[in-house]
Amino acid sequence: MEAFINEFPEVLQAFGYTVLLFLCSGVLSLIGGTILVAMRVGPIAVLNKAAATYVTLVRNTPLLMVFFFFQFAAPKIGINLKFVDVHIGSFDFTSFFATAVVALTLYTSTFVCEALRSGVNAVPLGQAEAARAIGLPFSGVMREVVLPQAFRASVPPVASTLIALLKNTSVAAVFGVLEAAAQMKIMTNNHADERWGIFLGVALLYVVLVELVSLVAISFERRWRIA
Amino acid sequence: MAAGVLFDAPGPKTVARHRIYTIISLVVIVAALAFAVKRLADAGQFAYALWEPFVTPQYLTALLEAWLDTIIMAVLSVLGAVVFGVVFGISKLSDHRPVRWVSWLVVEFFRAVPVIMLMIFCFYAVFGDMPIARGAFWSVVLALTLYNGAVLAEVFRAGVNAVPRGQAEAAYAIGMRKAQVMNIVLLPQAVKIMIPAIISQCVVALKDTSLILIVFGIGLTKIAKQLPLSFNNIVPTTIVVAACYIVTNLVLTWLANYVQRKFVGEKKVLQVSMVADVGEAKTTL
Amino acid sequence: MRFIRTKAAIAVAGLALSLAACGDAGTDNEGVEVEASEDASFEAGTRMAELAEAGTINVGVKYDQPGLGFNETGSDMPTGFDVDIAKILVASLGIDPEDTSKVQYVETISDNREPFLVDGKVDLVLASYSITDERRQVVGQAGPYMLTGQQLLVPEDSEAAGPEDLQGKEVCSVTGSTSLDNAKAQGMKPVGFDTYSQCVDKVLDGTVEAMTTDGTILAGYAAQNEGALKVVGEPFSEERIGVGYSQDYPEMCQWINDTLEAANEDGTWAEAFEANLGASGVETPDFPELDPCES
Repeated sequence: MEAFINEFPEVLQAFGYTVLLFLCSGVLSLIGGTILVAMRVGPIAVLNKAAATYVTLVRNTPLLMVFFFFQFAAPKIGINLKFVDVHIGSFDFTSFFATAVVALTLYTSTFVCEALRSGVNAVPLGQAEAARAIGLPFSGVMREVVLPQAFRASVPPVASTLIALLKNTSVAAVFGVLEAAAQMKIMTNNHADERWGIFLGVALLYVVLVELVSLVAISFERRWRIA
Repeated sequence: MAAGVLFDAPGPKTVARHRIYTIISLVVIVAALAFAVKRLADAGQFAYALWEPFVTPQYLTALLEAWLDTIIMAVLSVLGAVVFGVVFGISKLSDHRPVRWVSWLVVEFFRAVPVIMLMIFCFYAVFGDMPIARGAFWSVVLALTLYNGAVLAEVFRAGVNAVPRGQAEAAYAIGMRKAQVMNIVLLPQAVKIMIPAIISQCVVALKDTSLILIVFGIGLTKIAKQLPLSFNNIVPTTIVVAACYIVTNLVLTWLANYVQRKFVGEKKVLQVSMVADVGEAKTTL
Repeated sequence: MRFIRTKAAIAVAGLALSLAACGDAGTDNEGVEVEASEDASFEAGTRMAELAEAGTINVGVKYDQPGLGFNETGSDMPTGFDVDIAKILVASLGIDPEDTSKVQYVETISDNREPFLVDGKVDLVLASYSITDERRQVVGQAGPYMLTGQQLLVPEDSEAAGPEDLQGKEVCSVTGSTSLDNAKAQGMKPVGFDTYSQCVDKVLDGTVEAMTTDGTILAGYAAQNEGALKVVGEPFSEERIGVGYSQDYPEMCQWINDTLEAANEDGTWAEAFEANLGASGVETPDFPELDPCES
């Protein structure tokens, strides 16, 4: 435990990256997932197929391979994010952070899409029929009637997805971002005799973060519950 | 909700509009694909030399062996996870409060900790003195057993709770004991509901086997790491390795759906939320 | 109908496989040829005598550093400078170094070299193993058989001439190596990857300003990418690469030193260097002065 306490500032900084990765890719994944689900349930058959194909392919690919693709393969064909170079306080947002956000977003969007779709499926048929009966077009049906309810119904699955995302940020450790898991690996390497303390310490902080997201999700769920 | 009820049968004007949208989206999609292919071609990524390893017996055999290793790791860890899940799932339903609390704590802990951290820990602290390929193998199996076991414990609890209440009540009424109710009445029915969820968990486990790369490449990740060192062909390697994972997962998904239809019927697949609800821990038989 | 389709699918898959098996991609990296010594004889009771008697030995090498210790996919015989030096040592015991049923080249990574020696899982470690005082507390280290220093690899048009020009800039290296800690101590921001070639790619596409590790490794990459990459700066650390052995057998030190010295005199050392690292344009250095063995 001594190493963990001595290097606590580094651990906190590393968890800072974890939280920032989570927030950036979380917001983007919610947007991406919404776009995907709109394509998925919309009237254009081509978009429908395209979204379904994308979701099937990416969901079945390990996140690590998605990272691999954007970190190593994409630069080979001239796609990279090296123009990203922002420094705020002690945090650096360079291509490694940006690439991690892109990979996490593209991966998590597909899960958000499926979570939202289960929400759309949970809205009773009559709702959409009634909306159509009063003459709303597809966009109106979705925007005014179906999506607001779907969002509420999908709070639990989306929250599950976001918790998975929070844990998945640890994959960035393999690709040059010094977040919590990378910090743990370094400390595990340097202090062979304190591996239990380091593991439990870092794990505990993850548990705290996960419980925080859970609490927020539960409070949203209670507030938005469909009567 | 079927997508069909979201919009009316389109009239002639809408049909025309949709046709335009279809054409625009098609153009965009084709353009994006063409751009990707052109970039690949410009960078010389279609050169036969880069793909040749995948048709050369030596590397093809290595790839297939690595693929098999990956599948074995996933299967072993899911088998372990089923045992872990049954033990802690039953404990979570126990009548004794301390048992319930301890198993709740264990399950929540392993659900909240990233798999990659479990792997780092297992690799160094648990299997540190094995030869590293074997140590990495068992680190993957143990870490995924703990994580997936924690998820399956929830699946299991939900599965038992999904058996209609009257079944247990009827069993008690004819004088069965607690263990009998569990073993003879609830478990057989719960397991049937659980099987598709267990197969789905195989998909998760299979994908997560790749995370061991943080300490050591084994299975398909080993190919992804080592092959480009010999042939400088990271783009083809990434595509081939990803394809291996996708194919395996699609087969597993198909299997899960088949089993679902065969044993459970058209009911929804059992889903378990990652959101911990403290209230749930108090549920008992 | 379904049955026929399945059969057809199997047939197609089989055809694909048989067609597939016609590629012949391969790399050639032969290294030096070393023959098992015919007249190996050691004083009875020494570890060398035991090993020669048993006819088997375990050597820890790296599997993922082309040029030093690298095991190609689907092969059980690693190649590289470290491996060739290992072969010279193994051959001097009268064991055929190419026979993998007698010599096991065990994969080691930076973290497990000491425990493997201490627990006797390997008899020798040749895995770019720097000699340090800390390590000598735990294991024996003979040699060095190679001297290198940490330098920087930058794009050809870079103006950086040393660590002082890269303060606060991202510099790539491999995780689990001392290079990262040294880079941090020099005021650069280390970014850790899995293999050196991944770092080289990051320097080539301009994502990071430089990569840093042992000069010999960097020189190899600079030669491979002539006109695109160059090695700059004076070495800012000294690494003395040696052979690890267990402290339980101090007599091994003298044997290792004698064998290395002999390999230097008959030219196999230089030959091994050229075969593995020289092809990339590095001049073969002088044989380093060996540390005397205690006692």
